[in-house]
Amino acid sequence: MSTATTVEAQEATYTFSPETLQAVLAPGDAPRRPSWLSASFTFGWRAMLKIKHVPEQLFDVTAFPIMMTLMFTYLFGGALAGSTTEYLQFLLPGIMVMSVVMITMYTGVAVNTDIVKGVFDRFRTLPIWRPSTMVGYLLGDAFRYTVASLVILGVGLILGFRPEGGVVGVAAGIGVLVAFSFAFSWIWTMFGLLLRSEKSVMGVSMMVLFPLTFLSNVFVDPNTMPGWLQAFVDINPISHLVGAVRALMDGGWDTTDMTWVLVSGVLITVVFGALTMRLYNRR
Amino acid sequence: MSALAIETRGLVKAFGKTRAVDGIDLAVPAGTVYGVLGPNGAGKTTVVRMLATLLRPDGGDARVFGHDVLREPDEVRQRVSLTGQYASVDEDLTGLENLILLARLVGYDKRAARRRAEQLLAAFGLIDAAGKQVKHYSGGMRRRLDIGASILNTPKLLFLDEPTTGLDPRSRNQVWDIVRAVVSYGTTVLLTTQYLDEADRLASRIAVIDQGKVIAEGTPGELKSSVGAGAVHVRLRDPGQRTEAEWVLSRCLGGHVVLEADPVALTARVSGNGNGDTDRRTAEQAAAALTALAEAGITVDDFSLGQPSLDEVFLALTDRTVEEETKA
Ligand SMILES: Nc1ncnc2c1ncn2[C@@H]1O[C@H](COP(=O)(O)OP(=O)(O)OP(=O)(O)O)[C@@H](O)[C@H]1O
Ligand SMILES: [Mg+2]
Repeated sequence: MSTATTVEAQEATYTFSPETLQAVLAPGDAPRRPSWLSASFTFGWRAMLKIKHVPEQLFDVTAFPIMMTLMFTYLFGGALAGSTTEYLQFLLPGIMVMSVVMITMYTGVAVNTDIVKGVFDRFRTLPIWRPSTMVGYLLGDAFRYTVASLVILGVGLILGFRPEGGVVGVAAGIGVLVAFSFAFSWIWTMFGLLLRSEKSVMGVSMMVLFPLTFLSNVFVDPNTMPGWLQAFVDINPISHLVGAVRALMDGGWDTTDMTWVLVSGVLITVVFGALTMRLYNRR
Repeated sequence: MSALAIETRGLVKAFGKTRAVDGIDLAVPAGTVYGVLGPNGAGKTTVVRMLATLLRPDGGDARVFGHDVLREPDEVRQRVSLTGQYASVDEDLTGLENLILLARLVGYDKRAARRRAEQLLAAFGLIDAAGKQVKHYSGGMRRRLDIGASILNTPKLLFLDEPTTGLDPRSRNQVWDIVRAVVSYGTTVLLTTQYLDEADRLASRIAVIDQGKVIAEGTPGELKSSVGAGAVHVRLRDPGQRTEAEWVLSRCLGGHVVLEADPVALTARVSGNGNGDTDRRTAEQAAAALTALAEAGITVDDFSLGQPSLDEVFLALTDRTVEEETKA
């Protein structure tokens, strides 16, 4: 309430004087247009400001992962591995991947709700590197992915997760996960621009994400699955991401999985990045 | 260098079956305010968005300071700024953050961006609200911030899409003052509006558009005299006499008579098509009309002589187009 009062008091006292505009409009030395990197980071800063002003948006990236970790550890732990702590060593990297990949869909929702606002028109009339607006979103999202990963790690450590890879292995695992999710999010920037409403973005995200995350090696070793399912699980990039992260956190290194992650990450970025920019320029 | 800030030929944009912009030719001289006047759905926003490189035209061509909007969008973007019809600032951020963000994006370094942002906030009387989220701003403050954001990079051409729609008279006056100041420093302004009055006060030339077409173009004076110098507003005591009054007025003034929603009110255009002293002729004609009403035994409660409203300009112009078409 106090906010409103001060703002209105201010409004009443404003009288325009052309002189004050003189200094502002005097053609000073025009700055050089920013580099692609600087423009992208500026949009990244915007995403961080949004998190600062609307901190509720961090709720999704913390509550959801905590719930997932607790639920699956206690739901499957006893049955699958005999003990929850034992299962946790296997499950945690997987559940981390699953949760973070799941929350990438908020990128699409954010783009979709933002694009209809006038501020986007302003961005699009600036002579800057065009993808920087989108890269800015993804930089902000990378921060959220990191927060989510750390939250899950924290919960895991409390429940008894003891990774062999130590600090370095865990950090490397989170690094790979966040980098892949950054690439993966281009799918959602595309849908965010393509679809009409936030609801449809959510719907499509679910349809893509559920099979991708559940039909993988997150919960169990694929060797126990029927052949046709194994075939899908084996080509699912999420399985390879889980494999790579698991290996790193376990103090190892899996070249095959790592290559898959790298190749699919680059492919997704190129294909969906290009589609995103096409749509962005079309609007 | 072209002396025209904007030049379009046969500009077309269709959304499905609607031809939102249907062959528009514009020539906007640099350094002036150019008004684009039209009712809801006329295609004003669509024109502006094409010129600002936000929409791809479906046909025709458009140049901004000689640069084609389709082929050289970056050249165009370096010279223009847009204050959209709906707030083009970020509601979640503070005023200061909004301006720093844009200053960074046009290339100021961190310290210079902050300085520039504060300078603009001061000029637009927003220093005390600098740290407040824009969603708490009043409509007038939001507009000022929006315009401030648009002149941050001292553009050569500024698009203002209905900058005063929804503002109270005070805020409207402030926006007008700002527009005048901006132009006096050499920026060209393309202003869209639904109010003839606003275009009249600010613009040196006006294009009237309707259904995606330019139906008239010229200086405010030319436009007004082409549709008649003014309008007579009459209020009767007895609504039953309205039909008779309509007949008297139309015979006496020879123009179009509009029946207002209010059952006792009517408005008649005064053609005033005399040479030179138009205002006097208008007044004489109006006086004659008043006398004629009295002679016909119609009681007039209230009578005023005003400028034609957009409605009236509009009716006149569309009527004439129909007449010309039937003649041809
Ligand atoms: N994105 C769109 N998709 C479909 N139709 C559109 C779109 N944008 C505009 N139109 C249609 O094009 C026509 C012109 O719209 P435009 O917004 O340019 O009018 P305007 O003169 O700016 O009106 P207003 O005064 O209401 O802002 C309208 O009939 C509108 O419904
Ligand atoms: Mg409009």
